[in-house]
Amino acid sequence: MAAQVTVAPTAAQQVGIQRRGPMREGIRVNWGLTIVVAIVSLVILVPLYFAIAMALKSPAQTGTGTGFTFPWPIQWGNFRAAWDLTDFPMAFSMSLLVTVIAVAGEILVSSVAAWSIVRNWGHWQFKATFVYLMLALFIPFPVVALPQVKLTAAIGLDNPFGVAILHIMFQLAFNVLLFSAYIRGIPAELEESARIDGCTTFQVFRRIVLPLLAPMAATVGIFAFLQSWNDFMMPQLITANPKWQTLPVIQYLFQDQFTTNFNVAFASYLMALLPTLVVFLIAQRWVVSGIMRGSIK
Amino acid sequence: MAATALSSRQAADRARRSPLGVVKSLLFPVAPAYLLMIIPAILLFTFFIIYPAVQGAIWSFTNYVGYGTSKFIGLANYKAAFADPTIRDSYGFTLLFAVTACIVTNVVAMSLALALNARIKWRTGFRTIFFMPMVLSGLIVSYIFTFIIGTSVPIIAGALHFAPLESSILANEHLAWLGIVFVASWVAIPGAIIIFLAGLVSIPSEVYEAASIDGANAWQAFQKVTFPLLFPFFMINTILSFKAFLNVYDITVGLTGGGPGTATTSVAQTIFNGFFNGDYAYQMANAMIFFVITLFFAVFQLSMMRRRGGSL
Repeated sequence: MAAQVTVAPTAAQQVGIQRRGPMREGIRVNWGLTIVVAIVSLVILVPLYFAIAMALKSPAQTGTGTGFTFPWPIQWGNFRAAWDLTDFPMAFSMSLLVTVIAVAGEILVSSVAAWSIVRNWGHWQFKATFVYLMLALFIPFPVVALPQVKLTAAIGLDNPFGVAILHIMFQLAFNVLLFSAYIRGIPAELEESARIDGCTTFQVFRRIVLPLLAPMAATVGIFAFLQSWNDFMMPQLITANPKWQTLPVIQYLFQDQFTTNFNVAFASYLMALLPTLVVFLIAQRWVVSGIMRGSIK
Repeated sequence: MAATALSSRQAADRARRSPLGVVKSLLFPVAPAYLLMIIPAILLFTFFIIYPAVQGAIWSFTNYVGYGTSKFIGLANYKAAFADPTIRDSYGFTLLFAVTACIVTNVVAMSLALALNARIKWRTGFRTIFFMPMVLSGLIVSYIFTFIIGTSVPIIAGALHFAPLESSILANEHLAWLGIVFVASWVAIPGAIIIFLAGLVSIPSEVYEAASIDGANAWQAFQKVTFPLLFPFFMINTILSFKAFLNVYDITVGLTGGGPGTATTSVAQTIFNGFFNGDYAYQMANAMIFFVITLFFAVFQLSMMRRRGGSL
């Protein structure tokens, strides 16, 4: 386990984005393959161009065409219309609320639980707890969705807070697995010396363990961010009030109204896609290495 | 050393001295702080995941309609579910989709990972492009493709007189699932590429040098060196993507809404129908069947990994 923890980041760095500038001389560029890759990349780029082009056109400009024509003159008004129609600030706030609670909660709850389990591994109660939590790895949301909807409604959590709590709970098993593998690689002696200096258990965790967990916390946080921001199934079923819905669900709820003006629909789609895309482009290296650390476990 | 704070063992030792302490040490053998860290998680987990799961399992043996009273009716829901063509079709579609999408994702992702790891120009830029779909919402991507596949492609095909695509494949009950395979793979491939790339960089270049000294050509090097060494990563990808594909929901809802008819209604979508028509307990039985199938695949995949010596 410890070996994986040390190997994964270096592998991640190599795959990462740090290779800047021209390649070393003496290594020939494979131009044939470059052209093939460029052509295949159109499968990604063309739909994205299409979405942008559609968002910047008027219905008259789209007409009965394919939608691929270049948007000119540009209709920035579509974004304004989508913003007002879907109450974008509200939906964005709800997505943000769910995501922030889920990211913070997943990191906190699972790191603390994993540390407690690993450091008391000698007690059967903690081993049993670990196995118990791992049960969730085999329970997908659709299996428990019907009772969960009733449960959250009964206790007044049929809202974004309930969605965030469920995100934390469903990811708990996987996150505890990630953290516990990582914590096993941290020598307990470090913590013992802090105890000798008079730290309480909580202080040991906060001052010694938590800083060491930063790379794994980043991984858990990235997964949590992407999953919570993009989730559709859970908020759609759990949140009762449509006003409190997250961005993806809002796109779903407005489908009927969008059919009268597809261009406003695409403007709305783009605004919902933009946050994760921006975060990805800024923090690509962390995102990629984080996902790698999480998956190769 | 005398002033040492209590370690968990010392705390346990001290607790054992009194009769009350003996009971306490049996129930709580460690420092209270550790318990404070784990017990809330256990309670929340039990309340939000395990309790609904058990409750749902019990309901599946009743005639509960989602409210009011209910009585025990044994296996009637299960018998009816097995005989229900809607439910059977949803399993047929979901399994066909999951297997196909899993194969497509793995094959395409492995090819792209090899290309993105080769000596191509602008490698960093291409990687960024190919990773992008990973962060996008599946539902919204589906809406974008609904328009492309449903409207743009038929117009283009019409202009080119290419008959098979002149009408939207999403409106064809025999072909709509292929559209869903395409979009689901489009979203899932980047994550799989990242895992394959991690595998590729873990292969030392000496192995290839040795292979080329032995006279291996590019294809032989792939077949005899790259593929076997990538196999554990192939397993990881298969498990992760298959699990996700079995729960497909966003993409069918976005692309076809489960149609035409019920041709692309996934198991998840069928289960959620339990909120309507008083089918609550009935769809709970369906959910339990789905759980057993998921469990079967999970155990099967884990044992495959164990045998291959991979780590979970």
